[in-house]
Amino acid sequence: MSERTIAARAADFATESVGARALLIAVSIAFLSLFLFLPLAIVFAQAFAHGIGAYFAAFVDPDARAAIALTLTIAVVAVPLNAAFGVAAAWAIAKFEFVGKNVLTTLIDLPFSVSPVVAGLVFVLVFGAQGVLGSWVAAHGLRIIFAPTGIVLATLFVTFPFVARELIPLMQQQGVAEEEAALTLGAGGLRAFFTVTLPNVRWALLYGVLLCNARAMGEFGAVSVVSGHIRGLTNTIPLQVEILYNEYNIVAAFALASLLALLALVTLALKAYLEWRIVGAVAHGRAR
Amino acid sequence: MTLSIAGASFKRPSVLPGFAPAIGVTLVYLTLIVLLPLAALILKASGLGFGGLWAVATQPRVLAALKTTFGISLAAALIDVLFGAIVAWTLTRYRFPGRRLVDALVDLPFALPTAVAGIALASLYAPNGWLGAPLAAIGVKIAFTRWGILVALTFVGLPFVVRTVQPLIEELEREVEEVSATLGATRWRTVRRVLLPPLVPALLTGLALAFARGVGEYGSVIFIAGNIAYVSEIAPLLIVVKLEEYDYAGATAIAAIMLVISFVMLLTINLIQAWSRRRVSHV
Repeated sequence: MSERTIAARAADFATESVGARALLIAVSIAFLSLFLFLPLAIVFAQAFAHGIGAYFAAFVDPDARAAIALTLTIAVVAVPLNAAFGVAAAWAIAKFEFVGKNVLTTLIDLPFSVSPVVAGLVFVLVFGAQGVLGSWVAAHGLRIIFAPTGIVLATLFVTFPFVARELIPLMQQQGVAEEEAALTLGAGGLRAFFTVTLPNVRWALLYGVLLCNARAMGEFGAVSVVSGHIRGLTNTIPLQVEILYNEYNIVAAFALASLLALLALVTLALKAYLEWRIVGAVAHGRAR
Repeated sequence: MTLSIAGASFKRPSVLPGFAPAIGVTLVYLTLIVLLPLAALILKASGLGFGGLWAVATQPRVLAALKTTFGISLAAALIDVLFGAIVAWTLTRYRFPGRRLVDALVDLPFALPTAVAGIALASLYAPNGWLGAPLAAIGVKIAFTRWGILVALTFVGLPFVVRTVQPLIEELEREVEEVSATLGATRWRTVRRVLLPPLVPALLTGLALAFARGVGEYGSVIFIAGNIAYVSEIAPLLIVVKLEEYDYAGATAIAAIMLVISFVMLLTINLIQAWSRRRVSHV
């Protein structure tokens, strides 16, 4: 009759029936429960299996404390380095046109397509006893493999692209007009960067740092190869979790693992929030 | 100044300052952290020669590990494409309680450290676990078999498919579906002939990303796999085993083989994306 009912009927035909919708939602939730939600839940269930006392007892162990301290140290060294690199790479790639830009972008993403184990192995092949620089390292009395330095290098490798790949697309979208305006108005290059560019990408930068940090604290494969698993010295939290689990110390293993799971949940919550802010920043950039 | 004159040939002139230090820092850091270490691997592998690499690659245990890794990664990536597409569709098109929470949690495999995922999946699917116990009652064993590897790789690959397909589903124009329905197509026919074709490149990219991630995965697999040589041993684990036996040549050879295959995958993903861009601009 009226136009609205016809449009509404057309829309009804252009979607699934109520039954099909319910089925698809049920399939999605069931699949995600089996593979995502239950694994997350079991981390906390196992950690608290013997009560709160047993849970906190796991953190009194000096090896556990050393592992937590080492993990924090690694992140404090690796994340700022990769963040500084990410900003420099994004400035060069997003704001300038030069030959070989696509190759450079691909090379920056390279660590994502290398197995973590291979990422650890390459540093053993450089600095290990039989490595390319092995005799040089030994002659200078340095210790890189089976020492925290090697863990930092392996972590830098696996978390290398995170900040750069968040910044590059956003800075490309925002263009150079605002920086050019700042320069025209008499600002120096650094001032334009700190008052125009950086505020424009602050949420994406924070988002990249967050992902980089989560991976730096949680990396297992690469770190496992270079660490040597020396208790109290070169065990990060994930490596300590592995040792405790293999010793059937299930509550302690999951208690330590729950720290990393909490970090993951906080990362996801902040990510959801920041994505909402970045969408705002992009809309803001387009409106100009 | 000499730099800007020399650089004029490869860089388009710009009034913005800071290109030289930014590109300098980028290239030096990239070389030190990524390129030189990878070059060491290539150097060591070329020291073995093609014959040496081939000898390692055709060892029965290595061959079995490579087959396990690539076969199960592909199977897991296919499962991820099927269910990832359903999840992406459900999250984008339907409104239901808890949708935003579910949407945020899809990224869990990106954020949860692989060792944590590994012990969680192993406990869940172990014969005395929440899911393992009922499955064991009907005679199905998941943990400590090849099925366990499939479960772990499905877990790590899922967000790659969902997050690649989701933006494209958001961009689909509702009018096209309405036209299709108005012209008398059933909903299923519209889904197959109108909605699915534009999603194919994204599904293929998701498949390739999930597969590439699965091939390199280590932490989430080793706890649930059982790690029996010739049966449930993955290639990254075999690299670790060779290293522990001080067989650096063996470890290097397997790593070089995996690296070559990773590069081929990376190239494939880029080609699929270039192809889909062309297709989109054509329409």
